[in-house]
Amino acid sequence: MMLEVRDLAVTFATERGPLRAVDRVSFSVAAGKTLAVVGESGCGKSVTALAIMGLLPPAARVSGSIRLQEREMATLTPEEWRGRRGRELAMVFQEPMTSLNPAFTAGEQVAEVLRLHEGMGDAAAFKAAIALLDRVRIPEAARRARQYPHQLSGGMRQRVMIAMALACKPRLLIADEPTTALDVTVQAQILALLDELKRETGTAIVLITHDLGVVADHADDVVVMYAGRVAERAKAATLFARPEHPYTVGLLGAAPRIEGGAGRLASIEGTVPDLLKPPEGCRFAPRCPFRAADCARQPPLAEVAPGHASACWRAPLDQVLAA
Amino acid sequence: MSEALLELGALRKHFPVRDMLGRSRGAVRAVDGVSLTVPRGSVLAIVGESGCGKSTLGRLALRLIEPDAGSIRFEGEDLRALSAAGLRARRREMQLIFQDPFASLDPRMTVEAAIAEPLRLHRIVPRGGERARVAELLERVGLRPESARRWPHEFSGGQRQRIAIARALASGPKLIIGDEPVSALDVSVQAQVVNLLGDLIRDLGLTFVLISHDLGVVRHIADRVAVMYLGQIVEEGPAAQVFAAPRHPYTRALLASVPGTGVKTLPIEGDVPSPITPPPGCRFHTRCPHAEAICREQVPLLEGFAHRAACHLQDRLPPAPALHEADAGGDRLRRLQAFFTPTGAPA
Repeated sequence: MMLEVRDLAVTFATERGPLRAVDRVSFSVAAGKTLAVVGESGCGKSVTALAIMGLLPPAARVSGSIRLQEREMATLTPEEWRGRRGRELAMVFQEPMTSLNPAFTAGEQVAEVLRLHEGMGDAAAFKAAIALLDRVRIPEAARRARQYPHQLSGGMRQRVMIAMALACKPRLLIADEPTTALDVTVQAQILALLDELKRETGTAIVLITHDLGVVADHADDVVVMYAGRVAERAKAATLFARPEHPYTVGLLGAAPRIEGGAGRLASIEGTVPDLLKPPEGCRFAPRCPFRAADCARQPPLAEVAPGHASACWRAPLDQVLAA
Repeated sequence: MSEALLELGALRKHFPVRDMLGRSRGAVRAVDGVSLTVPRGSVLAIVGESGCGKSTLGRLALRLIEPDAGSIRFEGEDLRALSAAGLRARRREMQLIFQDPFASLDPRMTVEAAIAEPLRLHRIVPRGGERARVAELLERVGLRPESARRWPHEFSGGQRQRIAIARALASGPKLIIGDEPVSALDVSVQAQVVNLLGDLIRDLGLTFVLISHDLGVVRHIADRVAVMYLGQIVEEGPAAQVFAAPRHPYTRALLASVPGTGVKTLPIEGDVPSPITPPPGCRFHTRCPHAEAICREQVPLLEGFAHRAACHLQDRLPPAPALHEADAGGDRLRRLQAFFTPTGAPA
């Protein structure tokens, strides 16, 4: 396995008490595969990404194990993390405008990564940067390399971010909602690019997204998170064919589809729980149409089939259909 | 087709662009000759990517910004000919819902004050009758009447959007324009608000213009769809037809780009050109996989009757790729999802 996350937990101290944003999350990603972590705002997917990158603020309490190529990362010092980032793991964020430095050209920012991590000289690094910009399909890369972020479109800026992330050929790429700020035609281009780079380089990708359509088209495996916990974990094709957690069932029915169909959307009543005072037991229970007395106890994430796990006492859900 | 509630004729709005010294540097052609008819009781969606002019068009339709040219008729009356007082009186019949429910509610006003404001402004209910009307409106949008005494910050995003909808309904409008009204919401909450909007449109006989980039939401609630690209409409027609048999290459590219539809053809390359210097001829020709000489030279007109498209090649294009029925979960999933059928209980 390229990446193995075991029992990852992240707690923040807030004025109103400790907030456990991620609660015993486990998953793994193989080389050349894409794992999607899907869920709505506040489910803990972005905090999970930052924990793997070692980018959480020092005040965050992190426990559990994060192994990259069999080597434990969770015990690294901040300096050791910094050495790993870029070379072994890299990240692409949602908003490229805030991640790029407005005072430097696109080419300079990619070249900076190469100077820092690969020890290249100025001229060699800039030349390699142009090659990378061309690689991520930026037209007229040599000219664009001399432009500043504000002179580039949103899609082009995201390509620059991907070029920076790929500069040192990382083994693991974490993409946190990389296309959420982009228009749909540009989103399709960027996701196709990530797929292509994964095939060519064998990089493992962790794709953080709220969009099940993106999961269907671009992920091999998927983890569905709800209120800081894993609700369901499966092969992507299995998740769509045989969802085994009620939250997944609701999410699949809530997104309107362009093929048309059903009159009313499936609607998950109520809202996501406040993580400062989460409900006892299963956190989805207050919104779940299948809840029963046993949901007051937290259900374990248990396999319903090989490689397919659900944290629900009702799983396999055929039980509720038979009832 | 029933009578038109709103008719836009050749609407144009250019925003001048000036450099740091105030010299003119051309203009953003935000809306560049748009004609549309919205029949009473129908839902028209205006779709397109950022910068296509769809939000500007929505504001022009309500005369919240003044067009450079063109006509706006509401129930046959020319809105551009109205005096300020006349327009104010008409405004109670036309409301706008914004994307961001956090920005559109005044944090210093209780929910009751926010919803009662238009009631007072337009003197809609007799003095003392406001409280009862606010309670009625809150129930109508699925909130408890007790919510009236609370403040906007006490509500989630979805609940705030319900409050914004209640406020828009307060003056008894005939037309509501929703500018990305569910785009800021998580999908589970978005589904609740989409269902609510569908119910309100049906039950109150509203005419609704939905401005959205989300083609799933559009397919779900719109009767008709207009697709915009660089300030112009490139295709317009009944939603079912536009989605099943899109005539314009741009509409096809938009649909093929939506993730999860199984369409594997490569989406179009490149970015939208600048609306300051749109390409000559067909504005889409720089990205169109089918473009020919005529597309670079001549501006195509919207052709057709109920389903119109502005493409020189529309009769010669290959058939649009079929969107596959996303039915991986089959009958089992449908039966499970039936348990999530909304009850309409207050949120």
